[in-house]
Amino acid sequence: MLSSSITSLTVLLIVVFLFKEGIGLFNQKPVEPGYVIAINKNNKVKELSSVQLKNIYDQKITHWSEVGGTHDSIVLFQLEDISNYYSDEQIGDNMQNLGTCLSRLVDSLPNIIAFFPDKYLDKKFQGTLLEVDKVSLADFFAGKEWIPSAKPSAQLGVLPLILGTLWVSLGAILLALPLGLAAAVYMSEIANERVRRIMKPLIELLAGIPSVVYGFFGLVIIVPLIQKTFDLPVGETGLAGSIVLGIMALPTIITISEDAMRNTPRAMKEASLALGASRWQTIYKVIIPYSISGISAGAILGIGRAIGETMAVLMVTGNAAVIPHTILAPVRTIPATIAAELGETSNGGLHYKALFALGCILFLITLFINLTVEFISNRQKHNKN
Amino acid sequence: MYKIESKNVDFYYGPSQALKNINIAIRSNTVTALIGPSGCGKSTYLRLFNRMNDLIDDIKIIGQVMIDGEDIYGKGINVDSLRKNVGMVFQKPNPFPKTIFENVAYGLRVNGIKDKKFIEERVETSIKQVVLWDEVKDKLKKSAFELSGGQQQRLCIARALAIQPSVILMDEPTSALDPISTAKVEELIYELKAKYTIVIVTHNMQQAGRVSDRTAFFYLGELVEYDETKKLFTNPKQERTQNYITGRFG
Ligand SMILES: Nc1ncnc2c1ncn2[C@@H]1O[C@H](COP(=O)(O)OP(=O)(O)O)[C@@H](O)[C@H]1O
Ligand SMILES: [Mg+2]
Repeated sequence: MLSSSITSLTVLLIVVFLFKEGIGLFNQKPVEPGYVIAINKNNKVKELSSVQLKNIYDQKITHWSEVGGTHDSIVLFQLEDISNYYSDEQIGDNMQNLGTCLSRLVDSLPNIIAFFPDKYLDKKFQGTLLEVDKVSLADFFAGKEWIPSAKPSAQLGVLPLILGTLWVSLGAILLALPLGLAAAVYMSEIANERVRRIMKPLIELLAGIPSVVYGFFGLVIIVPLIQKTFDLPVGETGLAGSIVLGIMALPTIITISEDAMRNTPRAMKEASLALGASRWQTIYKVIIPYSISGISAGAILGIGRAIGETMAVLMVTGNAAVIPHTILAPVRTIPATIAAELGETSNGGLHYKALFALGCILFLITLFINLTVEFISNRQKHNKN
Repeated sequence: MYKIESKNVDFYYGPSQALKNINIAIRSNTVTALIGPSGCGKSTYLRLFNRMNDLIDDIKIIGQVMIDGEDIYGKGINVDSLRKNVGMVFQKPNPFPKTIFENVAYGLRVNGIKDKKFIEERVETSIKQVVLWDEVKDKLKKSAFELSGGQQQRLCIARALAIQPSVILMDEPTSALDPISTAKVEELIYELKAKYTIVIVTHNMQQAGRVSDRTAFFYLGELVEYDETKKLFTNPKQERTQNYITGRFG
């Protein structure tokens, strides 16, 4: 009782902490602090979303009409382009005239969009400063791109990361479940005591190997194997991640399923065998149904391990933050993203907050998984009484 | 010819000997009771007849156990078929966590029988044989766990009967039941004798007296005395038997 309330309290504290750090994200604009985006004062457009802004700078949007303006094509401007319009003398030796130049430039080109530091903003600036929408929940959860360093506007869509995580974990469990179940059946019902006594500690040992070692194993053996087998440009793919995670989830699945199977009352097994059922019939008609809750708990905890796993995945999945369409494409997971990027962020910045929000998502996913296990094992206890 | 015969049977769990040179012959359509103090080897002996002891690691059997003249530990014996012929009822009712119907149908299904109508008929006759039909006919789709202990045990007997064995082994089948349920099961055993050869382990000497034709008294892994039940209880040849049945030990 006490331990469970301590656990709940800790969990609550973690959530509060992650949430506190992450929530500020939705109060912020995705544009780099200290920069402004300006357009001509006659331009009808007053607001752009972060995605629109990025598409404009990626030249996927080339006409103002696409964002609610006139039919003219957009003229992109970044600070380094200034020399195309003004000579060094006009700007001045110490850039003392840069502000005036920018103001005049924006005023003279009706279709310009300019992105520059606000310290060069002239006091009598002749243009409109564009409002960029705050990061919205929809942008965050449904955004298809995760490019936190994109300029002028960071792209913070976590969809590819969530999908990458689920994709890799699902693949892992699809590989690990049949294998783990077979091994558990073998250990609990077929192997004799001596073999069991050797295998059991070996499998438990497998659970204790640091994940970076699995990562190396994946990188050296599985990645090249996938590359060769499927004739791919790179072997670092979702599949490689699934295989490595599947192997890592195996000990959990085997140990828990085996325990559940061994808990099948002897009377049940004997009843089945005494009716002339073969050993295999007894396994799939009595033992597996009887231990199904334990097996599911093992599988779910296995997924749980896979979802939270960082290092090994980081090493073998290629880490491309794009929505994966096949298992043979590189993917990036939430934990890998946090681990790889947190070190490069500035404390309290947009990117930093976005990573904490990601942590919240990951935490909720694992919490959900743990609650499911709790629910299943409660039901199991209930069944036995 | 005898239905069941054991010749010079020794049995070991690892290094410890649980049965010593047991010789018993059992005729068809009789009830044989195995009695003796706890730990004397009754269950071990009973479980030899359907090779249930095979599940335990590190056991050794010496001698011969014959059913219908065939050595069931001989080469070429199919254990699954043996167990179809030699049914078993356990000490505690052990229905599967399935419906009442599926419990009885289980033995048929694992024997590869698919014919729905055949299965339904056989389930019904088996449940009727154990006089449980009127109590369960409206809830065949309910879990077997909803039945009382006595009903569960009769269901387990029906489950064993459904595959039409010729021998039924019972290991203290009433020890977990109340007196009324016990009486019902005993009555049933008496009736089943017409069709089956029954070997029953019992702790309860009155029960042995009521249901069995012959009784074997085991003591510390040895067969002390094996005789007609009446004789064994009224006029035992061995002093140890006398002591046991008069309650001086055990
Ligand atoms: N699985 C086993 N492993 C080792 N010894 C056993 C096992 N089962 C029973 N025994 C031993 O064999 C002896 C006979 O047991 P059992 O046949 O169960 O006696 P009973 O049914 O007459 O009470 C006992 O001494 C018991 O401890
Ligand atoms: Mg016993």
